[in-house]
Amino acid sequence: MSEAPLLEVRGIGKRFGGLQAVRDLSFAMARGEVLGLIGPNGAGKTTVFNLLSGFLTPDAGAVHFDGRSLAGLKPHAICRLGLARTFQIVRPFPHLSVLDNVRVGALAREPRMEKARDRARAVIERVGLGAKAEHPAAGLTLAERKRLELARALATEPTLLLLDEVMAGLNSTEIEAIVALARSINASGVSILLIEHNMRAVMTLSHRIVVLSFGEKIVEGAPAAIANHPRVIEAYLGEEYVHAPAR
Amino acid sequence: MKWVVAAAIALLLALPAWLNSYAVTVFIFIFFYAFLGQAWNIVGGYAGQLSAGHAAFVGVGAYASALLSARLGLTPWLGMLVGGALSAALGTVVGYLGFRFGLRGFYFVLLTVAFAEVCRIVALNTDAVGGALGYYITFTGDPRQFQFQDNRAYYYVALGLMLVATAIVAAIERRRFGAYLIAIREDEQACEALGVNTFRYKMLAMVVSSFLTGVGGTFYAFYLFSLQPSSVFGIPLSVEIVIRPIVGGAGTVLGPILGSFILSPLAEASRIYFGQGGWSGAHLIAYGLLLIAVVLFLPQGAYPALRRLWLRSFAR
Repeated sequence: MSEAPLLEVRGIGKRFGGLQAVRDLSFAMARGEVLGLIGPNGAGKTTVFNLLSGFLTPDAGAVHFDGRSLAGLKPHAICRLGLARTFQIVRPFPHLSVLDNVRVGALAREPRMEKARDRARAVIERVGLGAKAEHPAAGLTLAERKRLELARALATEPTLLLLDEVMAGLNSTEIEAIVALARSINASGVSILLIEHNMRAVMTLSHRIVVLSFGEKIVEGAPAAIANHPRVIEAYLGEEYVHAPAR
Repeated sequence: MKWVVAAAIALLLALPAWLNSYAVTVFIFIFFYAFLGQAWNIVGGYAGQLSAGHAAFVGVGAYASALLSARLGLTPWLGMLVGGALSAALGTVVGYLGFRFGLRGFYFVLLTVAFAEVCRIVALNTDAVGGALGYYITFTGDPRQFQFQDNRAYYYVALGLMLVATAIVAAIERRRFGAYLIAIREDEQACEALGVNTFRYKMLAMVVSSFLTGVGGTFYAFYLFSLQPSSVFGIPLSVEIVIRPIVGGAGTVLGPILGSFILSPLAEASRIYFGQGGWSGAHLIAYGLLLIAVVLFLPQGAYPALRRLWLRSFAR
């Protein structure tokens, strides 16, 4: 194990026309870490994911993963380096079975179809979709689709997993199950970068948290320090709440 | 399943013994269009990249082997490989332009149609290949020149082409290549996120598909003995190629064959009944109606529907 960070983001920026979606963002992740990326809607979190996973190219700055620059790499190449992502709006292959969906991910590491199928089955069992393995993805509930999204990414055997709101739209029981799953994935040695609006989940899972607002990092620190930080409260609720008298 | 396939092949091999010459011709067209449909199926059915200009590859393959045979004395048996290679080269150009610049859906359709039309116009205006008069091959009946006295020889060649293309498609479907193509058809961005080099696999599908289609060009040339730019490069031929796998089931191994067994006799029948008395081309109306029916009632084609029916009634 090297001491160098697994992921190092230095001064990246992205502009869409007149909107500076991400500005001069820097942060680093250690191996085995769970980092939460939070911020109000429109803060630029998903744009950061797109920049890291190669779906967008940064206008400025550099991203290094596992000591390697990701500049100019296409998403598939980044995935093969061990950086996998999920999509906030899940994108299952609707006509394929759950097993065939996950096998596409497994084929990234195991080109033989039968073996990839076995690996996919193991991942499906792990995320708790075993009973649905042969069902077409189009018929799954939202909670199941979120698990499928996670299973597919996991099947590519990443060292860093980017999870984009895998708990959005789920009820509290389903969220608890996903939190437990994320924790076990992390325990198996996979680092996780997490975008999540469910604060309880982020706070329990993350070792550290980065807060974005209008594309800029405003605070970075341990969950406990973040929760009561005036700038975080200001970003979420507006300035007047920061100095409001406690009830 | 293996036994069903073996029995079907044995039946098709034995069939000419009982058929008259006209029926043999009908089967030749069934096999040949099934072959072209199967070649299209790789890029259009599995990868979901709707090429509507596959006639371009037939034409390039047909003109290449015909000219190589006449000018350089190269036997069409080898010329068909050269024609396939030239078509694959054209497929590479079309694929590169389409996939590198992310043309999807209708835009890719238009690109492929445009290329076929350019080929047609170039052939139409190049006197060295016969121009608008077309190019004619002298019949010698020499098997070494891909010419046969007996119609049944063409039957077996066309059957062979269909079986080889089907075996290739079946092999692709069982491999990672096929799994990736199907996934690309479903959602390209998700594929990229899962480590699939979508550009490379789409290109590969296009190259294999255009190569096979170009090989078919040789059969076209040396079965019909005349090449007219508006027929061999024309949009109607592209439609003939596309419609069989769509009716039979695009992205399935047996779809193009089933589609050809449905449509080729239909085209033949309407040619007989409407061919005289100024009704020629009426089979195109029949195609249109059939296509509407398929889109409405069997959007995945006939084969998946038959399979479901089969499973429901026999495999309880």
